[in-house]
Amino acid sequence: MVAALEIRNLHANVEGSPILKGVNLTIKQGETHALMGPNGSGKSTLANVLMGNPAYEVTGGQIIFDGVDILDLEPDVRSRLGLFLAFQYPVAIPGVTLANFLRSAINARRRDQNPDDKGISIPEFRRLLVDKMQYLEISQDFAGRYLNDGFSGGEKKRAEILQMAVLQPKIAVLDETDSGLDIDALRIVASGVNRLVGPSLGVLVITHYKRILDYIQPQHVHILMDGRIVESGGPELTDVLETSGYKPFFEKYGLVPTED
Amino acid sequence: MTVSAARTRTPAAPELALADVEGLIKLNNEPRWLAERRRAAWELYEALPMPSTSDEAWRRTDYRRIRWAQAGSLLRPDGAADLKVIPAEHYAPLLGDRQGGLVACVDSSVAARELDAALAAKGVIFTDLNTAVREHGDLVEKFLMTQAVKPEDGKFAALHAALWTHGVFLYVPRGVTVELPLHSVFYPVSAGMSLGHILVVLEDGADVTYMHEYASLDREEQAAYVGATEILVGEGARLRYVALQNWAGNLYEFSHQRARVQRDGALDWVIGAMGGKLVKTFMELDLDGQGSSGRMSGLYFADGSQHMDHDTQQNHNAPNTTSDLLFKGALLDKARSVWQGMIYVDPVAQKTDGFQANRNLLLSSEARADSIPGLEIKADDVRCTHAATISKLDEEPLFYLMSRGIPRREAEKLAVDGFFGPIMERIPFEGVRERLQASIEAKLLGD
Repeated sequence: MVAALEIRNLHANVEGSPILKGVNLTIKQGETHALMGPNGSGKSTLANVLMGNPAYEVTGGQIIFDGVDILDLEPDVRSRLGLFLAFQYPVAIPGVTLANFLRSAINARRRDQNPDDKGISIPEFRRLLVDKMQYLEISQDFAGRYLNDGFSGGEKKRAEILQMAVLQPKIAVLDETDSGLDIDALRIVASGVNRLVGPSLGVLVITHYKRILDYIQPQHVHILMDGRIVESGGPELTDVLETSGYKPFFEKYGLVPTED
Repeated sequence: MTVSAARTRTPAAPELALADVEGLIKLNNEPRWLAERRRAAWELYEALPMPSTSDEAWRRTDYRRIRWAQAGSLLRPDGAADLKVIPAEHYAPLLGDRQGGLVACVDSSVAARELDAALAAKGVIFTDLNTAVREHGDLVEKFLMTQAVKPEDGKFAALHAALWTHGVFLYVPRGVTVELPLHSVFYPVSAGMSLGHILVVLEDGADVTYMHEYASLDREEQAAYVGATEILVGEGARLRYVALQNWAGNLYEFSHQRARVQRDGALDWVIGAMGGKLVKTFMELDLDGQGSSGRMSGLYFADGSQHMDHDTQQNHNAPNTTSDLLFKGALLDKARSVWQGMIYVDPVAQKTDGFQANRNLLLSSEARADSIPGLEIKADDVRCTHAATISKLDEEPLFYLMSRGIPRREAEKLAVDGFFGPIMERIPFEGVRERLQASIEAKLLGD
């Protein structure tokens, strides 16, 4: 059965202010969607709320993943169900190597399936990691470095995609994966994502700019304004942005751009 | 006048007497110099008051709950002990199946005393302290509590000098490099007081790695350990010294540790503190020779109602000396830690580079850490910096770890591993790191 992420009339607050004001969106395995919006429209809030960041308060609606309402589930449970978030700003965790971290993540999945599981063996894990790193053209010395600590912007985003490749989610949300990347880094990261896209992966690319969509081509495009999806369509929807930015959307929906 | 200790500020003293000192002298058939030192120290001990919370160094450490009736009875050496009493991990070889030597004591009795024959042939001495007094009396007389820890350093230092029960003596002659690490362990199993001494002497140009472990059998009755560690690093000598403490929860530790480093010598000193009911340790580093350097690294993790107090001092007594101290601690439940550190720079110690940092991680709202850095600088051309922090685990990294499927408790463990990482990587033995990691995990996961 094809899994789906269904967002139904989702409302959320940040520090008491309403940011999401009724988002509806469904992403199925095998589909690639783009969610575009100007600053302050609620893109990153949506990404964080989907993954269950405790700093965000959901005030209404539902998030159904693979038939289960996940709103009350902890982030780790959501992850083990098959949801993945590539962070806009991956957190540095000095002292924990990328390899050690990934092994913990794999073992958490295995123990979830079988509480007596002894964990992935070191040779098996090494093979898996080397295999994924080669596939994504990531240098192997990455594995021994502390997680995101001292990583360049491009390295951080590549490490996110590596985690996605190892964890094999059903639905992945990429939160502004293009931000802070130069064109070469963007091409490398996007080609990594493209290698993972297929019938068993659904992707939601969240972005401000059209640029990344030249590399990761979505079948569906949605425009988020002021906490709601105001338009949905095919790739042609991005053409308007190419020429005029978000201005026509602000005018059409009677909204004022936010400052940040 | 008899006043109950509970109602006064002054803690009670253990029920010990000069007869205990004489008993040890007789039991070990000790030479005159040692007997005289013990008696003089006993006199000093009797003259000093028990330290109390009105003394600055003890202000945050109240040990009045110790029951000396149990913890204060002297555990005298009693023939040979059985090594098998000690869990094997504490004396297993440090590198694969190899180590250069092993000294093990159960209570105050010797359970193992081994040294690689090739090292012995080079003049290396690695034995228990009572044996060293008999076989290498001149050396022990020269170095024992004469240069580093001295009886007058405090009440417990005097008590130790009067009544030390057992110890380790490591002596590396001039220019000798010891390739294989040396290993020792003190393992009290009885209620009562043991007083262990570690005396390490590196002559000029010597080079050695040494690891000592403190652990004990868990039991209802209280125990006390009154220790002293002395480290003398000669000119151009290099010592890597790791001391790992994992006492059972019934033990109170009071100890003085001091290292002196001569010209161009280098000391890399790592301590780990996991166990004990209450631990009060004075650690002092003296950079006596020009160009000498010392790194002091500490890791402590207290849970339950544990109390750990580390009082560190970095003395720059000569020009061009470098000291670098990093102590990191985590606290769970109602545990409490104290770190008080001082860098002293003598007027002659120009071009000194001194650093100290203490970082604490509070893992419970009821835990408490006190962190008191200090500088006393009497030279003008120096660089000295310090830092002290007390913080909680950030939610942001935990969310990140959890978003990859790692449950909260494990995410917290990873974050704590990360916190201790910089100290952990200064321990040169993989097996020891793994054991330390396992005891950290056991505390965090509440096993």
